Amino acid sequence: MNKPQELERNVVVHRRRKNGGAPVKKKGQSQRIDGPHGSGYLSTRSLVKSYYKGKIEIPVLRGVDLNVVQGEFTTIVGQSGSGKSTLLHLLGVLDAPDSGEVYFDGQQIDNLPASARELLRNRTFGMIFQFYHLLPELTTLENVLAPCMIRESVWGYWRRRRQYKQRAEALLERVGLSHRLRHRPSELSGGEMQRAAIARALIQSPQLLLADEPTGNLDETTGQEIFSLLKSLNTEQQLTIVMVTHDRRIACQTDRVVQLVEGRVVENPSS
Amino acid sequence: MYKLLLCWRYLRTRYIALASIISVTLGVATLIVVNSVMDGFTVEMHHRLNDGLSDIVFEGRGLNGFPDPEWHKEEIRKVLGDDLKGITATVVVPAMFNLTVQGESMMQHGSLIGIDPQSYGTVSDFPQYLLHAENRERLSFALRDEGYDNRLPPSGWNWRRKRITLERDYLRQMQEAERLRREALGEPVAMNTLPAAETPVTEAAPETAGPIDPFQRKRQAAAEEHVFDEMKQQHPGVVLGIGIASHRYRGADKEVKDIFYCRPGDDIQISFPTAGQPQIVADNFTVVDFYESKMSEYDHTFAFVPLDHLQEMRGMVDPLTGVPSVTQIQIRLHDGVDLEAAQQKLYDRFPPQQFGYSIRTWQQLQGPLLQAVQMETTLLNILLFLIIAVAGFGILATFFMIVVEKTRDIGVLKSLGASSRGVMTIFLTYGFSLGIVGSGVGILIGLLFVVYINTIAAGLEWVTGRPVFDPTVYYFQQIPTVIEPFTVGWIALGSVCVAIVASVLPALRAARLHPVEALRYE
Ligand SMILES: Nc1ncnc2c1ncn2[C@@H]1O[C@H](COP(=O)(O)OP(=O)(O)OP(=O)(O)O)[C@@H](O)[C@H]1O
Ligand SMILES: [Mg+2]
Repeated sequence: MNKPQELERNVVVHRRRKNGGAPVKKKGQSQRIDGPHGSGYLSTRSLVKSYYKGKIEIPVLRGVDLNVVQGEFTTIVGQSGSGKSTLLHLLGVLDAPDSGEVYFDGQQIDNLPASARELLRNRTFGMIFQFYHLLPELTTLENVLAPCMIRESVWGYWRRRRQYKQRAEALLERVGLSHRLRHRPSELSGGEMQRAAIARALIQSPQLLLADEPTGNLDETTGQEIFSLLKSLNTEQQLTIVMVTHDRRIACQTDRVVQLVEGRVVENPSS
Repeated sequence: MYKLLLCWRYLRTRYIALASIISVTLGVATLIVVNSVMDGFTVEMHHRLNDGLSDIVFEGRGLNGFPDPEWHKEEIRKVLGDDLKGITATVVVPAMFNLTVQGESMMQHGSLIGIDPQSYGTVSDFPQYLLHAENRERLSFALRDEGYDNRLPPSGWNWRRKRITLERDYLRQMQEAERLRREALGEPVAMNTLPAAETPVTEAAPETAGPIDPFQRKRQAAAEEHVFDEMKQQHPGVVLGIGIASHRYRGADKEVKDIFYCRPGDDIQISFPTAGQPQIVADNFTVVDFYESKMSEYDHTFAFVPLDHLQEMRGMVDPLTGVPSVTQIQIRLHDGVDLEAAQQKLYDRFPPQQFGYSIRTWQQLQGPLLQAVQMETTLLNILLFLIIAVAGFGILATFFMIVVEKTRDIGVLKSLGASSRGVMTIFLTYGFSLGIVGSGVGILIGLLFVVYINTIAAGLEWVTGRPVFDPTVYYFQQIPTVIEPFTVGWIALGSVCVAIVASVLPALRAARLHPVEALRYE
């Protein structure tokens, strides 16, 4: 996504289609939609996603309109099974919606070709999961370096290995894990694994961090620590973060809370 | 980059995959051993067949042969030009060999081959198979004093004289005893005595050139008998196939031993048909050497005598012109010359309709044997490659398990931006490395086995107490092996391909995994 012309072209194409007369569907409550496809940094329009169990349709998202402002720390809450993870996967272009669009930085991203989506996931988005999802065969340091390795050829990585390693070590230092560089994930505690996962998500200097219940598997204090880490990243580096959580107390401490109810978004739920 | 790293880590942490590759290793090792041994047998057999035979045999119909070999040789030289390395005329007839073993006569049948000592060595490696060093240098049908291969019991003139002296002493003692007995009984003493050893010997009449009636010669020989001194003279020489003259067996101590029915210096009688109206003639020959090609079939069949003598005995020399006949012309070509093309040229010069000669290459002469070996090799190769293919399914199953086990990691890699092709590459590289390791180790084991195969056979023999490789059966002292780099290369390539093909399906499955579903996988 480092080609501005391409970005521009996509935007133009989209505008033309919008101007072509398709009526803008207004769904649900008042949404902060300014401009043709939202003023948000990351926004979705009428996202619909269903799963199919044989012939039976299980609707999960029934038209989600969401706007995330740049630099904001947004939390998504909702009942278990309400589709939070599904929404996050759509935002992270890991999955494609049945209908509706996802925009990032003014550009539609859900219909990009596979290679462009891969690049987006690698460079622009960072992802954190409830179960950490570190690769068990690699050490902490190697896990953090994995996104760099994925994007680089053997030769390219070899040339820049020092630079990458320094950055990875600095990040691990930042998340407080500099004493666990050579440990395998199986030798780490849950909190340490999540810190390593955060460092991995940050290694390519992403513009957006997507976190799916990062504290869900941790005790209260450790969860609070991890959240503080994310919060400090948000405040210090103005990193945009979208986080799914069950924890109301954590959710309250973020800029904005969004609730998923019956496949739709409810802003600022009165808890 | 991550592909190599992950692949390496998977290799190092998943030994189950190595177990699945062991079948490939064993298959490769077996293929190499079997091919080396079969190649060894084939090459050894080719050597023995071809070195013992000439390249092309030019044969007249029947035992009468065709006249004027010199003209034929000249024509063949013209046809083949520079390709020709050696050429010789021979007479081949079926014969019975009558050996006297411990006073009893023993009959064996085989082929009597009349050869020209000078030129016969140019068409085959015949001289190499003789057991006297000087004969190997230069064949002579004259008996040597001694110096035969030390596997043989004492042989040569020295043995002949000693034997005859002993025999005569014995006879004289018997006669003396008889004389004393008769004297005691008062019977008249009237016995013909043997000539004393020091009696001067009348030289054998020089061979009369020209037509000789074999029966006349036979009578002549009978007439000469009383002047033929075994102590100083020999009959025409014969080089006897060692299989005719000996018997190989395994002694109580499991050592392979030979018993010799006769040895160089002994006389044997050979009967064979004459040309024309076939009649059987028999003549005495003195064994001057043994022929040991290690081709059991040859060694049990062939006996070589001087060509001119055989021609004379069989009446193959035209009484009017003095032109001899032969039954075969043997031809040796330079290495690398196309035998079939040469054969065709000869057929062009001597059209079968007109001349009726049969011209065959040594491969055609030994066709069934060579084809049988070839077929065995092919069959074994197919069977063994099937084993590797079966091993391929083992790899397939193991890899599928590994992919299933790694499902979540594949999802993680994709969520970090890895492409489907990248994920596929991990597993293909994994299969490739395992294939390389498996076939590499297999090649190593196979080659080691081949190099030490005789030691291993000896060890097995020692452990089981039964002969693994019996020289009395194969006529080889050792298991012959040839390592063909080309064959080894093919086997390696084939097994690596099997490993790759077997990893393609699992790798494709890994590549196709949907990232979200892979991440949800427990
Ligand atoms: N592959 C699938 N096939 C069928 N149904 C699915 C599939 N994946 C998810 N679902 C269903 O979609 C719904 C939403 O799932 P999702 O994981 O997004 O919920 P969630 O809000 O993240 O829940 P939790 O808070 O427990 O993580 C659930 O009811 C789930 O059963
Ligand atoms: Mg979830």
